[in-house]
Amino acid sequence: MIETDVLVVGAGPAGSAAAIAAARAGLSVTLVERGPFPGAKNMYGGVIYGRVLDGIIPRWWEEAPIQRWVTRRATMITTPTQALTVDFRTDSWGAPPYNGATAYRPDFDQWLASKATDAGAQLICSTTVVGLLRNAAGQVCGVRTDRDDGEVRAEVVIACDGVNSLLAKEAGLYTHTEAEHFTLGVKETISLPKEVIDERFGLRGIEGADYEIIGCTDGIPGGGFLYTNLDTVAVGLVLQLPALAAQSKRPEQLLAQLKAHPAVAPLIDGGEVKEYSAHLIPEGGFKMMPELICDGMVVAGDAAAMCLAAGIWLEGVNFAIGSGMAAGRAAAEALRLGDTTASGLAGYRRRIESDFVLSDHRKLADVADLIMSPRVQRSYPQLAANVLERIFTVTNPTPKPGFNRIIRDELASSGLKLREVMRDAWAGLKGYG
Amino acid sequence: MSDYLPISFEDRMGLVEFRVGERAHIGVDGDSCGGCSTKACVVACPANLFVPTSDGGILFNYEQCFECGTCYMVCNTEGAITWTYPDGGHGVVFRRS
Repeated sequence: MIETDVLVVGAGPAGSAAAIAAARAGLSVTLVERGPFPGAKNMYGGVIYGRVLDGIIPRWWEEAPIQRWVTRRATMITTPTQALTVDFRTDSWGAPPYNGATAYRPDFDQWLASKATDAGAQLICSTTVVGLLRNAAGQVCGVRTDRDDGEVRAEVVIACDGVNSLLAKEAGLYTHTEAEHFTLGVKETISLPKEVIDERFGLRGIEGADYEIIGCTDGIPGGGFLYTNLDTVAVGLVLQLPALAAQSKRPEQLLAQLKAHPAVAPLIDGGEVKEYSAHLIPEGGFKMMPELICDGMVVAGDAAAMCLAAGIWLEGVNFAIGSGMAAGRAAAEALRLGDTTASGLAGYRRRIESDFVLSDHRKLADVADLIMSPRVQRSYPQLAANVLERIFTVTNPTPKPGFNRIIRDELASSGLKLREVMRDAWAGLKGYG
Repeated sequence: MSDYLPISFEDRMGLVEFRVGERAHIGVDGDSCGGCSTKACVVACPANLFVPTSDGGILFNYEQCFECGTCYMVCNTEGAITWTYPDGGHGVVFRRS
């Protein structure tokens, strides 16, 4: 049996950030990971926004094991035969303090966990937590693991056990988990020579590109993504679970369709698939978040559904790190004050209420529904692509139609009602405003 | 768009490292599956681990599991899928995810 001040379950970004914060506050910290190394179980949609690390690892960009710095950010709106891409690039994201980076999660997560052990945390891998320990008062006071004599007793447990968080569920913190709030992410990592990637994506050095793609999921709410590593390109889909289950194409077939799309196929042509991966994503955001705190335990990262899926913003690792840091600091504060009940741990919520973690989620709470609506998923991409195709198609000898005429025609043939469009426009302005 | 698969499913899964444990971390109660009309797990599991049998049941293999959780989330038959993590150190090991 191990006794520790703080037990962190899961050495992903949330868990390592929590362990760093708690260990630096002078507490004994045990960080338990079920994989053979941190990151072994983790996959994602491609970009880490690192500025949240400023507070714990100064000049993190000089040592973080990243693949490329994203200097090109594109949103591609597709139909089966068309693509309309909004493509933004800036040199400023290619210099410190940077903006987003692509990375392999096993590399990044091991690096962040090494910062936790540097701070004095004890990392124990290849150990699965199988349940909570509670004291006579019902307060969480540790966990059971699958090791012989595998109990770990702790003053505070920080559950960073990922999207399926069996611990948050066992503690009763999830009162509802609806499948519609989850998407399945599937991804292929495809190797190509670095020079080929640089040429196809218009990149130099370790500049990177990140594409979000809408309209490529056969009407299943979700979307696609494509991004560059140093000598691989990752291409993937996120698919809302009930809609995926209600149709007949398997995830890899839907992914094959995206790879064959005329706007995507030339970017990955000739590449060799090196790895296939899959993971759930808690996309429901604010609406699916569990209670974050109970007596003796707090929940952070994906375990607390802190992934932000808001259309143009797809972020998770930064929210995991931000919530983990707050959890570690709140645990230290609770121990200092000698109160590790839910009220003693309430500083966790106060901290994330006051920074981006809960502020962004609260602000964008309604956006997920809009993004997942059939109109945004299918009707608007078709409408936009058709309007552009009409505008750019030269129909001599017929004179050019005016924009008004084109938009009126295409709106009529789209079946969209002006009232719906106005309502969505308002919801978008309100959600993002 | 065409429906081509550039590599076979077996080859695709062969690219992923699995340290297979002795204990099956997911259990499927075949009796419950017999009455299920949707078999959502069959289409949704990204590792294609759920195979319908001729008698209306489900054949399940845990060895190449991504541990994603899709199966129990889409399953509409209470108790048909018992889902846990593999024992420590076992299961999927991603490298370039």
